[in-house]
Amino acid sequence: MIKGKVWKYGDNINTDIISPPAYLELSIKDAAQYTMAPIDPNFAKAYQIGDLFVAEHNLGSGSSRETAPLMLKALGVRTVIAKDFARIFYRNCINIGILAIECASTDKIRQDDVIEVDYLNGMIYNQTTKAHYSCHKIPEHIMAIINHGGLIQYLKDVELKTT
Amino acid sequence: MGFTMSEKIMAMASANDGINVHADDIIWVRISKAMMDDVLGPRLEIDDILTDLNASIWDKDRVVIISDHYTPPANVNQADIVKFTRDWANTHQVDHYYEFAGPCHQVMVEKGHVLPGEIIVGTDSHTCTYGALAALGTGVGSTEMAGVLATGITWMKVPRTIKAQWHGDLNAMVMAKDISLKTISVLGHAGATYKTIEYCGETIDSLIMDERLCLSNMAVEAGAKAGLIRYDAITAAYLEKFGVTETFEHINPDEDANYETVLSFDAQELVPQVACPHEVDNVKAVSDVSHVAIHQAYIGSCTGGRYNDLLAAATLLEGKTIAKGIRLLVSPASKEVYDRCLKEGILTILADAGATILASSCGACLGIHSGTLASGEVCISTTNRNFLGRMGSKSSEVYLASPLTVAASAVTGYITDPNAISGGIND
Ligand code: SF4
Repeated sequence: MIKGKVWKYGDNINTDIISPPAYLELSIKDAAQYTMAPIDPNFAKAYQIGDLFVAEHNLGSGSSRETAPLMLKALGVRTVIAKDFARIFYRNCINIGILAIECASTDKIRQDDVIEVDYLNGMIYNQTTKAHYSCHKIPEHIMAIINHGGLIQYLKDVELKTT
Repeated sequence: MGFTMSEKIMAMASANDGINVHADDIIWVRISKAMMDDVLGPRLEIDDILTDLNASIWDKDRVVIISDHYTPPANVNQADIVKFTRDWANTHQVDHYYEFAGPCHQVMVEKGHVLPGEIIVGTDSHTCTYGALAALGTGVGSTEMAGVLATGITWMKVPRTIKAQWHGDLNAMVMAKDISLKTISVLGHAGATYKTIEYCGETIDSLIMDERLCLSNMAVEAGAKAGLIRYDAITAAYLEKFGVTETFEHINPDEDANYETVLSFDAQELVPQVACPHEVDNVKAVSDVSHVAIHQAYIGSCTGGRYNDLLAAATLLEGKTIAKGIRLLVSPASKEVYDRCLKEGILTILADAGATILASSCGACLGIHSGTLASGEVCISTTNRNFLGRMGSKSSEVYLASPLTVAASAVTGYITDPNAISGGIND
């Protein structure tokens, strides 16, 4: 179960928005202060650890740049929720240990709502509006990677041990 | 029920060889080649993770590293990144290292690093380009790449397949870029997420490899994992240049393969297309936006800077001059393309028309050097993305079109259908 205050964005938040190309040459830590800068320069300054990142359709489209989830992770983001994700961004999140959750009703979630996410049972509860939404349960093999803290620890613990 | 190309390729690479796999299965696959660039390659996490894992590269011969985004470097940061990448390749004894050779995907195919039936991962989303050679290329992040470097395997969900069939002959002044934009506009920019697009039909069969590469390159702009084109005589002839005589018919899709969707298009109805700001699926006929004035026209990138693209532009521009006050920038998609166009006089024709010839680089394509847009400027470009701020200022705008449309627009200073300009290749 995860609980937190919501940062809410709409459709097609692509990797050029999350991680603007102009700052790619900086380190992740330095680049992180420009996360979301093209549409919300306030995000990186005001984001508090524990807040949840919620968007609508096609979150993370565009580049394969892992800087996008890494910059989010550097700010403290551990959970992202969207109606659906772009493929590489989704994989990147899982591989670096960010829980990526699909929920068809994120249009009903608003900026600053406080929500509880029960990702094992596939349910989100909005404390602010008292509404319930269903979300995807995390598939088993993905939970295995998340439980190991991401792909690398998983490979260390499972794959590199057996090969 | 038969199998799609993705299912066949992934079955061959799966842990239990020969066992058939189906769309939606989640499997571990062996990777044939791993490609890293400078911007998202070793310097980003990968080096740290490998050190942390105390792992060495599983098979150095299967690793290719290409410094392309930051070559030639525009500042000290970029120069340091290229230096780091070069030194890293050296220390890790990766012999397949290239720099100043052009955008990575063109270098990969030109240097023979892409073979049909292979699964290739790259730290760049346009790794799907290799689908034109019937290889399942797909982009991955740094962490996943580090995992591949250490183990040679990764997890994948077998994608469902959308079959995009194109029938009939293309009209004059219409190119693969127009096919690509039209298909993406129908699918939507997320319409193929986690899926493969198989391009087929006699229109695709008759495309030369330069054109096929453009189609596969842009598959990710519909969200696709891969954009595959079946292996045929054109693929075989292309591979022969690298001494590959083996044939690969066995990876072509079965007649009764299981497709999620089948789309059918009539090439005869296709006119030059343009993707308007700020999404690749915001596509219109060029003639519908001909009032838009431009400041910059760009011919380049792993999408639209190949030999055939420059040849098409030169044929249209021969004996003409670009409009006053605008700039036409040309960056051949590789050093090889550059050299060939130089020898054949294509660069001279372009330069005589007023073009500035740039190094073979990613630079302008993502607004990091060599052609960055100022506030409020408009560019028409042969590249693959027109996202907000992609080529520079947040308030600049990028329109995506074919090399012929970009060349025609450079002549008038407005977005222009190449059919409105005389002297084109089909004139
Ligand atoms: S040319 Fe553009 S799209 Fe191609 S690899 Fe370089 S930056 Fe990416």
